[in-house]
Amino acid sequence: MSAAKNINITLKIWRQKNADSKGNIETYKLDNVSTASSFLEMLDQLNEQLINERKEPVAFDHDCREGICGMCSLYINGRAHGPETGTTTCQLHMRKFNDGDTIFIEPWRSKAFPVVKDLVVDRSAFDRIQQAGGFVSVNTSGNTIDANSIPIPKDDADKAFMAAACIGCGACVASCKNGSAMLFVGAKVSQYALLPQGKVEATQRVQNMVRQMDEEGFGNCTNTGACEVECPKGISLENIARMNREYLKSSF
Amino acid sequence: MKLDSKIPQGPLSDKWTDYKDHLKLVAPNNRPKIDIIVVGTGLAGASAAASLGEMGYNVKAFCFQDSPRRAHSIAAQGGINAAKNYQNDGDSIYRLFYDTIKGGDYRSREANVHRLAEVSGNIIDQCVSQGVPFAREYGGMLDNRSFGGVQVQRTFYAAGQTGQQLLLGAYSALSRQIGLGHVKMFSRHEMLDLVKVDGKARGIIARNLVTGELERHSAHAVVIASGGYGNVYFLSTNAMGSNVTASWKVHKQGAAFANPCFVQIHPTCIPVHGTNQAKLTLMSESLRNSGRIWVPKKKEDAEAVRNGSLKPTQIAEEDRDYYLERRYPAFGNLVPRDVASRAAKEVCDEGLGIEANDTNEGVYLDFSSEIKSKGKEVAYAQGNHDPNEEETIKLGKQWIEEKYGNLFAMYEKITDENPYETPMKIYPAVHYTMGGVWVDYNLQSTIPGCFVAGEANFSDHGANRLGASALMQGLADGYFVLPYTVSNYLADDIRTGKISTDSPEFAQAESNVKATIDKFLNNNGTKSVDHFHKRLGLVMWNKVGMARNEKGLKEAIEEIGQIRDEFYKDVYVPGTSDELNPELEKALRVADFLELGQLMAMDALQRNESCGGHFRNEYQDAEGETLRDDEKFSFVSAWEYKGQDTTKAELHKEELKYEFIKIAARNYK
Repeated sequence: MSAAKNINITLKIWRQKNADSKGNIETYKLDNVSTASSFLEMLDQLNEQLINERKEPVAFDHDCREGICGMCSLYINGRAHGPETGTTTCQLHMRKFNDGDTIFIEPWRSKAFPVVKDLVVDRSAFDRIQQAGGFVSVNTSGNTIDANSIPIPKDDADKAFMAAACIGCGACVASCKNGSAMLFVGAKVSQYALLPQGKVEATQRVQNMVRQMDEEGFGNCTNTGACEVECPKGISLENIARMNREYLKSSF
Repeated sequence: MKLDSKIPQGPLSDKWTDYKDHLKLVAPNNRPKIDIIVVGTGLAGASAAASLGEMGYNVKAFCFQDSPRRAHSIAAQGGINAAKNYQNDGDSIYRLFYDTIKGGDYRSREANVHRLAEVSGNIIDQCVSQGVPFAREYGGMLDNRSFGGVQVQRTFYAAGQTGQQLLLGAYSALSRQIGLGHVKMFSRHEMLDLVKVDGKARGIIARNLVTGELERHSAHAVVIASGGYGNVYFLSTNAMGSNVTASWKVHKQGAAFANPCFVQIHPTCIPVHGTNQAKLTLMSESLRNSGRIWVPKKKEDAEAVRNGSLKPTQIAEEDRDYYLERRYPAFGNLVPRDVASRAAKEVCDEGLGIEANDTNEGVYLDFSSEIKSKGKEVAYAQGNHDPNEEETIKLGKQWIEEKYGNLFAMYEKITDENPYETPMKIYPAVHYTMGGVWVDYNLQSTIPGCFVAGEANFSDHGANRLGASALMQGLADGYFVLPYTVSNYLADDIRTGKISTDSPEFAQAESNVKATIDKFLNNNGTKSVDHFHKRLGLVMWNKVGMARNEKGLKEAIEEIGQIRDEFYKDVYVPGTSDELNPELEKALRVADFLELGQLMAMDALQRNESCGGHFRNEYQDAEGETLRDDEKFSFVSAWEYKGQDTTKAELHKEELKYEFIKIAARNYK
């Protein structure tokens, strides 16, 4: 391990009291940040400092801090989840920054994700898209067929898993110049489209999810590919293509 | 307080079937007249809410995260057990039942555990039909792997993200019911009290975490599925928001809290890096299928690797102590978690720890042997029967990447070391709590109408949980147990009608919550919530952690009481009550941890034996193994709340009767 050291940094952070108020960037100095700390541990340290100075701590979303719950967000130096590819903010470490750096931290920017406070945004639109069709309509009785009665080619199962690995963080939307949610929706549509269990309702599903996506105010996809680059789980653009094929198919 | 486990009569394997056949039902036309609250949306909560909604009840579900999909079940890595015997290695419902009882060191109920094993197969069927993409073999069949404490391959998995895939499956079922209007979802809401009317659970007080508004929600039954209490240690593998508050409020309202001292310390986590650390990261137990655990045999070698003058790869084979393989040849690196954790602590206590942190605590988890052997296997499978070393290692690394790629990547991000080239450094960390709210066979607490599921209850894992069993229990409770037992309870409520939230009980509960919030915000102390939480965590880790003794536990009880007093006098909570206020949320949670921590120490103090995750220095055999005392301690300890000074809590005992299996020493040698 490269030995941990302490660095001093300047933070430029978006502060906004609530959804209705106007926000602005505030500047904070933070000293003695261990390079072994995670980015969010650095923010914990800032908040401890602010509390000790009787100032209001910065609100940010976070929970598992293992890169899997999808709760953390943050636009760091102009990139969703910061400078590392394939990494959520909680898995970003301060060793990626240098002594004396100035770091800009903003919330996700998208019409469909309104700011709740400071760096916290409302991503409930994703839940509503899922509610519109992101499921297999099977009751939870347990009286289904034996799990091995339908063999699924490993390749399909693996591809479905890779699509299902989406953590719903919203980095794709935040990175997209159109504020499009196609990568998120495409991943969910693909997971089910690739599996025999999901094929039964494929037509309805893609129609319903796309309709809800449009109603939520997400933009369209123009194949820029920023979403794929910034996705911390490496969800592939192929999923958008597959969703488009599913959508076309469902229209006939 | 009377503890009635309500275990049905009859032969073990018929109990659940017979019992289910005779439970009362609520007719479909009556279900929409009945309200049910579910707190928590992890595997247990989401599956319960989805199933009850699907039956036609009016369900309200609550989670503190911004979406139900984020509950901490999502972070479970390794897998889920089920007695399918797809691998034809002699597995059966009985074996899964037996392994779980033995793994729990004979401190769980036979009937509950057998039911869990019975429904385990249905869980896999259910999940596959929901489109959960489990790992498969080339023939299209489901793949399995092995976990600690068992000698069969019964663990189903989806790379190192099994919890995520299962939770998203349950979340999809829940989303479907939300879309259909059967479940109303309250995200960013936290339950801050249980409301009882005429002795029955009839609702909750919840705080809208965005607006700060206190809300009254009534129901005919309340299901608590809010997870475990590992964060009482401050540092754990739990999510930052994981807390005991919902369970503790229920306890304060009269529900017994069982076996609080049974905590699982997971052997394979990334060691602590420094004082600003906020949480610990687990490296899945599945890695013990392929990794070998060792420390240097010589103290000077351990010191040299700590100060960087020696690399672990430079230490010769004969100078390494593969201590688990040496001590437990039958199970080797796959001994249960409590055994592996204690062994790591022992070698570090001897000065053989390899991590360069304050405590030198860390051991190696080494994949080099597996890389070589699997590389050779793959080469043979590809028709190359004489691979050179370079080819072998390349193929072996590819094999490892396919199995554990995401875990290896995560390790590298956190530690800046490449585990394909140098062994991982690991050390035990608090992971799971076997204790929880006491429930009977129906998963009902001692408060009528208050059910508790998943990690929040104490029911199935005894003194130690086996790997890949938490996911199994969460889904079993939510999909396959609660729908029956909650309906049975509600059958008497079909004429009750809507429960009013205007009653004095609701008003009183709301005003109590408001008073607590106001007190914190006006306290004007000098120290942050984290300051107290970290102090509590340190006491818990050092004195109520992996090894406990009478003196330390008595000190812990005293010290936690002092920290609690100081907390109420000197905590500073900024902001107001009518906004998103994470510091206020933390203060309300830590207040409950400060009571629970003391109860855990008291429970550990009264249990004069060592069993599972509870190890008392005074009770060990000549080889340092746990010494159970079945004559005196074959019981579930169930504590009754007697006020904020937890030392006044009263202990009740539920005797454990083993009718079907012979209770024996737990031997993994």
